[in-house]
Amino acid sequence: MSHLHIDHVTMEFETPKGVFTALDNVNLKIEKGEFVSLIGHSGCGKSTVLNIIAGLYQATKGGIILDGQEVNEPGPERAVVFQNHSLLPWLTAYENVELAVQQVFKGKKSKAEMKEWIEYNLELVHMSHAKHKRPDEISGGMKQRVGIARALAMEPTVLLMDEPFGALDALTRSHLQDSLMEIQRDLKNTVVMITHDVDEAVLLSDRIVMMTNGPAATIGEILEVDLERPRHRLELADDPRYNHFRAEVLRFLHDRHAKPDVPTAQVA
Amino acid sequence: MMSVVSKLENIGVFSPWIRIIKGENRREQVNVLLRSLGIPLLAFVIFLGIWDAAAKRVVTSLGQVPGPTQVFEQAKGLWQEYSDEKVKEQKFYERQEKRNAKKLAKNPEAKVKWREYNGRPTYIDQILTSLVTVFTGFVLAVLVAVPLGIIMGLSKTLNSAMNPIVQIFKPVSPLAWLPIVTMVVSAVYVSADPMFEKSFVTSAITVTLCCMWPTLINTSVGVSGISPDLLNVSKVLRLSWFTKVRKVVLPSSIPMIFTGMRLSLGVGWMVLIAAEMLAQNPGLGKFVWDEFQNGSSNSLGRIMVAVLTIGVIGFLLDWIMLTLQRKFSWDKSTAI
Repeated sequence: MSHLHIDHVTMEFETPKGVFTALDNVNLKIEKGEFVSLIGHSGCGKSTVLNIIAGLYQATKGGIILDGQEVNEPGPERAVVFQNHSLLPWLTAYENVELAVQQVFKGKKSKAEMKEWIEYNLELVHMSHAKHKRPDEISGGMKQRVGIARALAMEPTVLLMDEPFGALDALTRSHLQDSLMEIQRDLKNTVVMITHDVDEAVLLSDRIVMMTNGPAATIGEILEVDLERPRHRLELADDPRYNHFRAEVLRFLHDRHAKPDVPTAQVA
Repeated sequence: MMSVVSKLENIGVFSPWIRIIKGENRREQVNVLLRSLGIPLLAFVIFLGIWDAAAKRVVTSLGQVPGPTQVFEQAKGLWQEYSDEKVKEQKFYERQEKRNAKKLAKNPEAKVKWREYNGRPTYIDQILTSLVTVFTGFVLAVLVAVPLGIIMGLSKTLNSAMNPIVQIFKPVSPLAWLPIVTMVVSAVYVSADPMFEKSFVTSAITVTLCCMWPTLINTSVGVSGISPDLLNVSKVLRLSWFTKVRKVVLPSSIPMIFTGMRLSLGVGWMVLIAAEMLAQNPGLGKFVWDEFQNGSSNSLGRIMVAVLTIGVIGFLLDWIMLTLQRKFSWDKSTAI
């Protein structure tokens, strides 16, 4: 039995013009500790898939099965890292993580344990030095780090990331990708990440799920990335296998579903 | 000491002075001073001049319309009355103490009476009465408007249900509310030993009815405008409804709520004067009304003093609210 099963999910939205089918029969099994990326053109319904796993949307047909249990409402065991960090702007980095920890570990951890746990998670993302700063006092990359710390602090079974580094500059993005790989090596979370960055997908993922264009988007191809870990971006740059995977994803995005009006993202 | 100076330097009003004393770029600082203080002062002097010239041309049944000098004389007069009254009060208590002490010296068992001084309210007392009344009305308005606004902001149904009612009652003048409020207060607020005067209750409630709308509207707009991402965070965390309101919704709309409260207090202060005039609550409104009825040659000058007082206090109230907003609101950009 798989750990997380996206079981034949179809998603339809009611619009004034009639029913719009966003997703058609998306079926995917994810193993424990696996890092899966969803990649596809803008508007292909990647975010919808993630929101359905998170429980923020309800699938019209099919459903999400996590460890044998159907889930249909949001919960901290499926923590989400949002694209625009979504930190509460009036709280410091520490307090933002604290809000999550207090909610999830109410009655399970003592005050001292909670404090230790919050600080541990901030340290994981290298944010201890700025823990008493508010979101408007830190950079975009730092905000996203705090967002990741908040999600990790919920001790999620599955970590969901919605284009977590999409709004960041290239240098900050690669720093955060390295941090994420380190964390992943230590914690071995199951991660589902949405991205439209081909390099990011190949570098981080165990499997890349490529989605066809909407409407009625579904899974086009799945690519196994069996590069051994730990992976280093500089060494991989010259690795023929890495370039092969990268070319595979690019080929899928370009040839099979080229759309002249959609800019193909991050083609280096 | 240095830290105090550097703190003062950060306060706009003091910064050029401190910098001049420190000898920093004197010429520029003098320019800053001229622009920030000189121009408003000059404008004020011109205003006084126009007022003086215009006032001399209008003669009413109560004599000439008072110019700045006469108004200043009246202001001094009102202050004199206040000081005289204070002296009288003190003397009254001294006399009472002596009298009672004598009585007790003669016969330790004697019953002595302590009376409150019962002089007529001075101008300063009237200002204080007005402030207490507007504050009461404003607090009541906030206590009603903020919770109601939060619920309206969270529920689309309730919002569309309440919106027409709010829009209808928002523009109603205090003068229209007052008769109704007076009658209702007379009917409902019955007690042998009332804690507050009826006129006070009536004025305060009228203020509440008129000034709750900006806070209500701003709160509901602020709450309904909360970022959906933050609501998603609270969903993922499975926050209870109450925790969500307390930890996410309320703080996120604090900047808007404060702006609404500032507007409310402004409206409340404006409305209060009219309410007091009609309800005969012994505040600034009643003062203006009594002077108008009194019709002595000093009346117009004294009313002008009240007008200026009302203006200055309104300005101060707004400044206090702005300072509070700056202090408590996380979003510094909205505190304009």
